[in-house]
Amino acid sequence: MSAAPEKFIVEPERYELRSSALHHFNLQRRDFFKVMGAGIAIFTVAANASAAQESGARRHDGDQDQPKNISSWLHINDEGVVTVFTGKVEVGQNTRTTLAQSVADELRVPLASVRMVMGDTALTPFDMGTFGSRSTPYMSPQLRRAASAARDLLLEQAATEWKTAPDKLTARDGKITNPASGAILTYAQLAQGKTLAHDLPDADPITPPEQWTVAGKSAPKLDARAFVTGQHQYTPDLRPPNLLHAKVLRPPAFGATLVSADLSAAQAMPGVVVVRDADFVAVAAPTERIAEKARDAIRAEWKNTPQLSSKELYSHLKKNLDTEENQKPHEKGSVAHALDAASQRHQQTYTVAYIAHTPLEPRAAVAEWKDEKLTVYTGSQRPFGIQEELASAFHIPKDRVRVIVPDTGSAYGGKHTGDAALEAARLARAANRPVKIVWTREEEFTWSYFRPAGVIEIKSAIEPDGKLTAWEFHNYNSGGSGIQTPYDVANQLIQFHPVNSPLRQGSYRGLAATANHFARESFMDELAHSAKIDPFEFRMKNLSDVRLRAVFESAAKSFGWQQRMPQPGRGFGMGGGVEKGGYVATCAEISVEPNSGEVRVVRVVTAFECGAIVNPDGLRNQVIGANVMGLGGALFESIEFDNGRISNPYFAQYRVPRFRDIPKIEAILIDRKDLPPAGAGETPIVGLAPAIGNAIFNASGIRLRALPLVPRGLNTQRSSP
Amino acid sequence: MAGAIHAQINGKSREFLSDPDTTLLFALREELGLTGTKYGCGEGQCGACTILLNGTPRRSCQLSVNDAAGKSIITIEGFEQSGLLHPVQQAFLDRGAFQCAYCTSGMIVSSVALLQKNPNPSEPEIVQALQGNICRCGTHPRIIAAVQQAAKAMRGAKS
Repeated sequence: MSAAPEKFIVEPERYELRSSALHHFNLQRRDFFKVMGAGIAIFTVAANASAAQESGARRHDGDQDQPKNISSWLHINDEGVVTVFTGKVEVGQNTRTTLAQSVADELRVPLASVRMVMGDTALTPFDMGTFGSRSTPYMSPQLRRAASAARDLLLEQAATEWKTAPDKLTARDGKITNPASGAILTYAQLAQGKTLAHDLPDADPITPPEQWTVAGKSAPKLDARAFVTGQHQYTPDLRPPNLLHAKVLRPPAFGATLVSADLSAAQAMPGVVVVRDADFVAVAAPTERIAEKARDAIRAEWKNTPQLSSKELYSHLKKNLDTEENQKPHEKGSVAHALDAASQRHQQTYTVAYIAHTPLEPRAAVAEWKDEKLTVYTGSQRPFGIQEELASAFHIPKDRVRVIVPDTGSAYGGKHTGDAALEAARLARAANRPVKIVWTREEEFTWSYFRPAGVIEIKSAIEPDGKLTAWEFHNYNSGGSGIQTPYDVANQLIQFHPVNSPLRQGSYRGLAATANHFARESFMDELAHSAKIDPFEFRMKNLSDVRLRAVFESAAKSFGWQQRMPQPGRGFGMGGGVEKGGYVATCAEISVEPNSGEVRVVRVVTAFECGAIVNPDGLRNQVIGANVMGLGGALFESIEFDNGRISNPYFAQYRVPRFRDIPKIEAILIDRKDLPPAGAGETPIVGLAPAIGNAIFNASGIRLRALPLVPRGLNTQRSSP
Repeated sequence: MAGAIHAQINGKSREFLSDPDTTLLFALREELGLTGTKYGCGEGQCGACTILLNGTPRRSCQLSVNDAAGKSIITIEGFEQSGLLHPVQQAFLDRGAFQCAYCTSGMIVSSVALLQKNPNPSEPEIVQALQGNICRCGTHPRIIAAVQQAAKAMRGAKS
């Protein structure tokens, strides 16, 4: 096996769309009731390609009795316990709770009777992964349809029992009632002795948001008590008997290749298992300390090749286009003509640094082989993707690989690849014992992947009254998410240019929408300033999207935008946009300390609208959390690298937001019960960075066009108004 | 092997068989199974591994088993008493002061330590006490609210 992580380089947005020929799950339909016991089951079938992520829609159908495209299962047992199977995973975004709420709501049962089985390749149907803010808009309605079908089945059962029609009966609180006779049957009673399994009918109506009872209200995180008592077991907390602990000998730099390795000293240590497989060199030992000593005893010689450094990054990105992956521009009207004809033309360049996800739970895995079958526990957003990586790495069929994802200590788009799983599995195979690997923080900062760096160039023309007439936008490397302008411009040319990235890069909360919104919303502020129009008014003048107008108006009103009082060292800015079905606007107030130049974000108001709200408390937590996380990338987070080495691979050097950095944050949630719910884990992050940058300009007259904005305070930044 | 090292852990006398130079974090988690204390960085920067050592909050990744000899240690598992959560745990639960909750153990231990020393902390004092604990999900405002709620509950219980 070659475990060199750089082999997995992927460009994020295409990576999101990568569809694999996954076609296996172990729990056969005919075995279902053997495993689950008697009861009533509904299998949901994804009908169309739009649900491909949440289903096996692109799956080869190798197994005869596997209906195609099964995407989730729901089972009601003879104690009335509802078990839902979905390949989605819980990484802190609270999807375990919100999906359970939707099921309870639709099935008319108390939330407490719903159990979610998530992210286990042996038990849950295929799912492409938990990313792209798709669980709420796509998985939730599927589970609702399953619950609705189960409810219909229960009504039919009761109707048969009472020799009446199902539409004469009501389902509520886990019971079917016959209002005419007063008779009651619980779901538990109805499930007794049954092995009824139905496929989901094609068109089963689901409860509209106006009639939700369990959903639409705040519900505490399921199993929350286990998290405040330390009882919840994340992947690093698993301790199977005979466990060994792993350490990997990492290359001294990116691009280094192994010339030779003398393993003898490590191999001589009692209880130590040493593996060399291509450039992968690693050890497993009874304790982490012994594993470290064994790894350090390996004499390895590496061949380095010169690598790029941070200071050359942005010129590199402009010069190293990946022409094979070149993408067509979005064109409307004629930008060239409109720019020529314009009375006022503007152009600017923005840059965005690589940043790290730094989930507090590092990448980790526990792997064990038994009877030529591999089981791996790992914190991941893509259990089925990692199952495939493992099957491919070990040249075994997927039905011999089980991947289980315990509720995970966050991910933010950073846990899509199976590096830790591969490493633990390779060592476990050699040791013939379970092996655990927990990446160190330095490994996290070095060998995971980063949010892509990027260069963004914008040209635009406005009429004297502030109306946009031309918009040309080029993004080099960071990606295409959120690249389209929501503003009304007759002439547009918008293009994403893929680049051969010098560092391994991948998804991050919001993907490139953060970069594209930073550039676009900063530039809108520059245009407003040049046109001498208030930034809020300038946006409104060029915006007809009513949902986006509504969040800007709402944020501005709560923030007191019109009443803001400019004063030295204090500034106000805004930014917003629409992405993945969510509409966001953020206003920020900042202060600049005159002597040190330290910028503090004092106050943030974010208005967010994502259709009907499933769990207001959970959504508020996401919106505020996104703003806190966004502070880091906006103000100071940046991965520095020099000739193949990360220069700041520790929390002591890589600054993330801490308590002292947190402003007063107000989240305004706009509940649109007339619209289906959209995802909310990502989009609330995108308005903050431009709002802060614009506020810094407002306070100081200094226009900052690079993220992070003030890694060393404002005084070191060059003025460029 | 050198003589075993003893410590009072969550009120019980326990013995470490790990080498004395093993990190206390590893020994607590892997030898004693007290996995509520988390590894987050190994550099004493994130606070996920915070424990009380003789009542003082310490980063267990920066201590060795030897440092614990003869001392009293409280971990997150030591706060619940006869099925009753510690007021700080209860407040985190009530306020939903977590998302992924990987930082929660360390946050709770640091908060308990603060309230033992200062039963009525101001918001800046809470910020100061928790500055060494990282939460990547951004639940800081809720954590502050939880500490304030717990402080109030604990003062109420004493009066």
